[in-house]
Amino acid sequence: MKSKKINFSISNFCSGLVKRQIFIPIAALLLLAVFNLIMDPSFYKIALGYNSEGYPVLTGNLITILDYGSELAILAIGMTLVTAASGGQDISVGAGIAISGSVVLRVLCGTNSRPETLQAPIIVAFLVSCVAAMLFGAFNGTLVAYFKIQPMVATLILFTAGRSIAAWINNNELPIISDPSFAVFGGFIPGIPIPTPFFIAVICMIIMALVLRFTTLGLYTQSVGINESSSRLNGLNPNFIKFLSFVILGLCVAVAGLIKVSRVSSINYSVIAKDIEMDAILAVALGGNALGGGKFNMMASILGAYVIQFLTTTLYKFNVKSDELPAYKAVVVIVLVVLSAPIVREYLSGLGKRLKAKLSVKEVG
Amino acid sequence: MKDRTVLEMKNIHKSFPGVRALQGVDFSLCEGEIHALMGENGAGKSTLIKVLTGVYGKDEGQIFIKGSDKAVVIRSPQDAQRLGISTVYQEITLCPNLSVAENMFIGRTAGFGQNWKKMNADADRILKSLDIPATATQQLASCSIAVQQMVAIARAVDMDCKVLILDEPTSSLDEQEVEKLFGLMRDLKARGVGIIFVTHFLDQVYEVCDKITVLRDGKLVGEYEIKDLPRVLLVSKMLGKDLDDMSDIKSAEITYSGADASKAVFETEQLVSDAGIKPFDFHINKGEVNGFTGLLGSGRSECVRAIFGADRVIGGTVKKNGKVVKISKPIDAMRNGIAYLPEDRKIDGIVGDLSVRENIILALQVLKGFFKPFTKAEANKFADEYIKLLGIKTASADTPIKSLSGGNQQKVILARWLLTHPEYLILDEPTRGIDVGTKIDIQKLVLKLASEGMSITFISSETDEMLRTCSRLVVMRDRKVVGELSGDELTQNMIMNTIAGGDKE
Repeated sequence: MKSKKINFSISNFCSGLVKRQIFIPIAALLLLAVFNLIMDPSFYKIALGYNSEGYPVLTGNLITILDYGSELAILAIGMTLVTAASGGQDISVGAGIAISGSVVLRVLCGTNSRPETLQAPIIVAFLVSCVAAMLFGAFNGTLVAYFKIQPMVATLILFTAGRSIAAWINNNELPIISDPSFAVFGGFIPGIPIPTPFFIAVICMIIMALVLRFTTLGLYTQSVGINESSSRLNGLNPNFIKFLSFVILGLCVAVAGLIKVSRVSSINYSVIAKDIEMDAILAVALGGNALGGGKFNMMASILGAYVIQFLTTTLYKFNVKSDELPAYKAVVVIVLVVLSAPIVREYLSGLGKRLKAKLSVKEVG
Repeated sequence: MKDRTVLEMKNIHKSFPGVRALQGVDFSLCEGEIHALMGENGAGKSTLIKVLTGVYGKDEGQIFIKGSDKAVVIRSPQDAQRLGISTVYQEITLCPNLSVAENMFIGRTAGFGQNWKKMNADADRILKSLDIPATATQQLASCSIAVQQMVAIARAVDMDCKVLILDEPTSSLDEQEVEKLFGLMRDLKARGVGIIFVTHFLDQVYEVCDKITVLRDGKLVGEYEIKDLPRVLLVSKMLGKDLDDMSDIKSAEITYSGADASKAVFETEQLVSDAGIKPFDFHINKGEVNGFTGLLGSGRSECVRAIFGADRVIGGTVKKNGKVVKISKPIDAMRNGIAYLPEDRKIDGIVGDLSVRENIILALQVLKGFFKPFTKAEANKFADEYIKLLGIKTASADTPIKSLSGGNQQKVILARWLLTHPEYLILDEPTRGIDVGTKIDIQKLVLKLASEGMSITFISSETDEMLRTCSRLVVMRDRKVVGELSGDELTQNMIMNTIAGGDKE
C-alpha cells in the first residue's frame, strides 16, 4: 500500500515536470549530453593550457559551448521579449551585430584604420555602439509597433541593408586593433581561465532578472502579446511596449557585437554573426516559448541558447563540415521542436497514463 | 433506441485538472424536437456540447446517433459534422475577413476545386430563403454581430444536419432578430431536425422549446416536458435551492444617502468619439446607478467607450466634480477613478493565457506604475480576497483565466476593476451569457456598491435587469441620445416608446 503511494507521487512529480516549460531544453540538453557520453566520452575533456600571452586558459568542448553559447544567450534574452510582445521575430540581429561591431571599431580607430594606440576608451566605443544598435532597434520597433508591419518583414529591411551599412561606417576598410586590452571581451581576462563572454552573459542575465523582478516588464509584455486590445483597455500602451522590446533587443545586439569584434580584433562585414538570428530564434523556440507571442520563460530561452551551441559543437566534433552544418542542425531541430510541441507532449503524457493504467489492470488481473 | 430518437448520450463523464465537469450525464433528443439544455455557469452545458461535437474527448460514456446501432466515436468537429451534428456557438467562430459565402462553405468542399460562381449563388439563395440581410460577396466583418450570428446558423442549417446545436445564439440578437430565429427553428423542427438550444433566457425557453434538461454541477438533475415544469420550479432546479430561497432575489432598494448624494461626479458636454456617435451630454451623480438603453447598435457602448477614452475622442469635454479633465486614453480615465468592464469579454476583457491572479491585479498594477510591481504575496492576497468575495469558481489563482467558464471569467474582470476602487464604474453588458444565479449576484453587488457611494453605469440588453438596478435610464436611438427616463417613467412600455420614437402605441 505504502509503496503504491510513493509510486503515485513520483509519477505525479514526473508528469508535473513534463508539463513545466523548462523541461524541454533540459531534456534536449540531457539527450545531447548522453549521446556524446556514449559516442565519445573524451568530448568532455577539459584541459588547462596557456595562451600566447602566457596566462592560464581552459580549453575543451564544454568551454567552447560556454564561450559561444553566451553570445547566443545574450541575444536570446532580447529575442524572447520581442517574440512575447510582438508575436514575431527580429531577423536583423546578425546585421545589427555587424553594424554595432563596426561602430565600436570606428570609434576605437578614429580616422586611421590601423592605429598603434586606441583613439578612444573602449567604454566610450561600447556606449556609442549601444546607442547605434538601440537606434536601429527603435527603427524596427517603430515599423512593427506604429506602422503595424509584420516583424519578420519589418526587420527584413535591416537584414538586407545592415551589412552594407556596417561596411559604410568604416569606409569599407578593414580596421585592425592591435591593443591586447580590446581582445579581453571575446577572450580571457588575464589570470582567469574561463572565457569572458560567459561573465558578460551572466551580467546580462542578472540585469534582466533584476528588471523582471523590480519592474512589471514581464507582466506587461505578456499581457500585450496575449491580448493587445484588452491590455489597452487596462491602461497599457501596447505600441510602446512592443517598441521597447525592440530597443532592449538592440542593447543585447550591441553587447553581442562587442564580443564578436573583440574575438578577432577586426571585422569581416559579410561573415560576422552570419545566421546568428536563426540560432537566436531557435533558442527561444527550444525554450518552449510560443513564437506567436504571449507567455515566456526567460530561463528556458537562455538554456535553449546553450543547447543550440551544444548541438553545433557536437556536430563540429563529428567532423561535419561547416557548410553541411545547417542541414544536420535542421534535422535535430525538427525532432526537438516537434517533441516540444504542446500537442505531442499532451499525447506523450496521455500515453504514459494509459500505459500505467494497463499495467495496474494487469497487476489486479 | 426508440424510433424517433435521433441522439442519445449515456453516462458521459469528463474531467479537467481540478474540475469534474461532467459526472454521468444522460441526454436524449428526438426528431423534430427543440430541447433546452439549462444550468448555471459551470453546470456542464458547454462541456456536454463540446463532447458531443468532438471538441473535447469524453473520459467515459457512449453516444448513439440514429442510423447506427453501435456507439459512435466523435474525435473531431469534422466527425460530428459528418454524423449530421452542426453547432452554432455562443461566440462567433467564423472568419471575419472572409466573405459571407466563403464562411458558409469553408471546409465543406470536397477536394481543392471551387466553383466560386456557384458558391456565391448558393449562398445568396440560402440567405434569401432565411431572410438574412447580407450578400454572398460581402466581407463578414462588415455585417453586424447579429447578422454574423445568423450567417453561422445559415451555415449549420445548410449542412443538412440531423442535430442542430444552438449554444447561446440569441445573446447578441435583438427581439426582432430573435423572433426571426425562432421562426427558423420552428421551420427546421417541422422538417424533423432535432435542435438542442442552450440559453440563459427563460422567456425564450418557454416560447420555443418542447423539453428541458437541467444540469447542475456537472450532474443531471432531470429531463422535463415543458408543460410539467413551471418557470419558478425550473429556476429552483437550476440553482439547487428551494422556492423559499428565491424570494431574496428582489432586493430591497437601499440608496446612498451621503451629503453629496445628488452631486454630479462626472459630466460630459457634447462628447463625441470617432466611433460614429452623435455628441452627447450626460451626467452621473454620486451613488447613482444609471444606464444606457437602446437597440443593438444604437450607440450605447460607444458612449461609455468615449467617456473611458477607449475610442478616440474627437470633441467635447468630460468634467469631474465640475472641473474639466483630459481623457484621451484609458489610463487617463483610470487615473481619474473610472473603471470600464467592456462588452466583449473575450476580445477586450480577459488576457487568456495569464493566470486568474495576474488578470485580477492587472489594472491596479498599471495604475501603480512600471517600477513598482506587486510582490507575489500582495498579488496573492488580492486574488484570494476577490476570489472569495465574488465566489469565483477556479481551481486556483494560478489557473489560466481562459479555462474558466464565461461567468467566472466575467467575475475576474469585475474583480480587476473593483480592486482599483473606482469612483465611477462602467459595466457594459456585465451579465451577457451568464447564468441566472450570477446575474442576480452581480445586480445585488451593483446596488450594494452604489449604496456605499460608487457611481455606476449599467448597460444591459435585458430591460427588466436595467429596471431592477437603474434609477435613471438614458435612451438611445440611431447613435443619438433621444431621451432620459427616471422615477415613474421607468417602465417597459415607456422605454419601448422612447426607443421607438414618440407616442406610437
